[in-house]
Amino acid sequence: MIEIKKLHKKFGKLTVLDGLDLTINQGGIFAILGPNGSGKTTLIKSILGMVVPNKGEILLDNKSVLKKWNYRNDINYLPQIANFPANLSVKELIAMVKNLRPKPSNEEELIQLFGLSPFLKKKLGNLSGGTKQKVNLVLTFMFDSDLIILDEPTTGLDPIALIHLKNLINKEKEKGKTILITTHIMSLVDEIADEIVFLLDGKIYFKGSVIALKKQTEQDNLEHAIANLISKQYA
Amino acid sequence: MLKILKYSIVDLLRSRWSYVYFAFYLLLGYVLLFLNNDINKAVITLMNIIIVLTPLIGTIFGVMYYYNSKEFTELLLAQPIKRSTIFIGQYLGISLSLTLSLLLGLGIPFVVYGLFKSAAIFDFSLLILVGAFLNFIFVALAFNIALSNENKIKGFGFAILMWLFLAVIYDGIFMISLMMFNEYPLDKFSLFATMLNPIDLSRILILLKLDISALLGYTGAVFKDFFGTNLGAILSLLVLCFWVAIPLLRINMKLKKKDF
Repeated sequence: MIEIKKLHKKFGKLTVLDGLDLTINQGGIFAILGPNGSGKTTLIKSILGMVVPNKGEILLDNKSVLKKWNYRNDINYLPQIANFPANLSVKELIAMVKNLRPKPSNEEELIQLFGLSPFLKKKLGNLSGGTKQKVNLVLTFMFDSDLIILDEPTTGLDPIALIHLKNLINKEKEKGKTILITTHIMSLVDEIADEIVFLLDGKIYFKGSVIALKKQTEQDNLEHAIANLISKQYA
Repeated sequence: MLKILKYSIVDLLRSRWSYVYFAFYLLLGYVLLFLNNDINKAVITLMNIIIVLTPLIGTIFGVMYYYNSKEFTELLLAQPIKRSTIFIGQYLGISLSLTLSLLLGLGIPFVVYGLFKSAAIFDFSLLILVGAFLNFIFVALAFNIALSNENKIKGFGFAILMWLFLAVIYDGIFMISLMMFNEYPLDKFSLFATMLNPIDLSRILILLKLDISALLGYTGAVFKDFFGTNLGAILSLLVLCFWVAIPLLRINMKLKKKDF
């Protein structure tokens, strides 16, 4: 369970998170949505300890995580931009991440799934954007953790990889894991998300199921429902 | 930390630039020995090059590595590793691989030329030691600058400016101030001012050991007069250690508040 209490974060004069409160129960797929610059990535990075909040508290399973690092062993994180050291090969990178995290992994299966076998010995600098993203996905999903955080997971993926990704996410959900996703692809949200967390002006503007959102905004299309929420910001 | 250190060294050892740097020193060593035809003289020429060049290379490598591996660092930050472990590991990786290039690049030609049979071996070792210190100092300073500047161009600019200041401008200001205020007793001031610049300090350390008074210059002469050769050498080594430790402490402090 994730509990976030009164989280504040400012970058210079820009207030990104403004007293954000959020509770996410164990199990299920949560889509974190919001307009550009609404603080989605900042929120995620605060949970991971990459951004240091000005005020507030973050609890994972009732334990504060601020200024700690051990707890990251129980989180799988997919960063937004996949950029790796150009001189390492795919195989070496996977071996390295495995080396840094003392827990069992099933990378073989994922490498097969995404068809990465021919690339294993290639240097990361020579891979295309989509292939890098696949490597990124392997690194994220190869460990068994209760919390999975995906920041724009669909970037650069071909349709087949996308289907594999959706299956993977659903499989993890069935195992009772908590999955946080940020994305701008509404069809993906419509298809897989159990709940939507909508950020606006550094606060949670809406939290609930897709059906509840459609009802509240009186729209039957998710894309329009979200657009409806965002347009209130400009009004 | 050892894991991070290992990976950044492996990464750097595969980069073309490490070999360019190594080849440069190799060439430099051979050319100097060929031209001077004498190990002792070659060591002195080498000193002048090392003292200006290692800081420059350390600065550029440090800043470049930091900005180039930014996304990768973010990947590491999401792993169960302490922040300071990641950055200190990377820092040691760069400094050690640069020092390795220096040691091998210059060591090979000098050993081939008969360094072990020559009396210059101590001077040469001191030179490499000072070169290593300068690597560690300037990579740490470069990391400080890069950590404080999100903007790559700005970071590069400041880093080069820092090198230019310490390697060239500092001496100029120093000389001018000595000339302007030559009616006042400036011994203490110049001693203190020398400590504030690791490049000057290294130069004096080597010159004290080589005992070439003609090259000592004003600060060196004051230094020698004040401390004598041995005490001066020990003291300047100690100050060089501070020059490594203080930037490292600042990196650690900066990391606690930094957002990635």
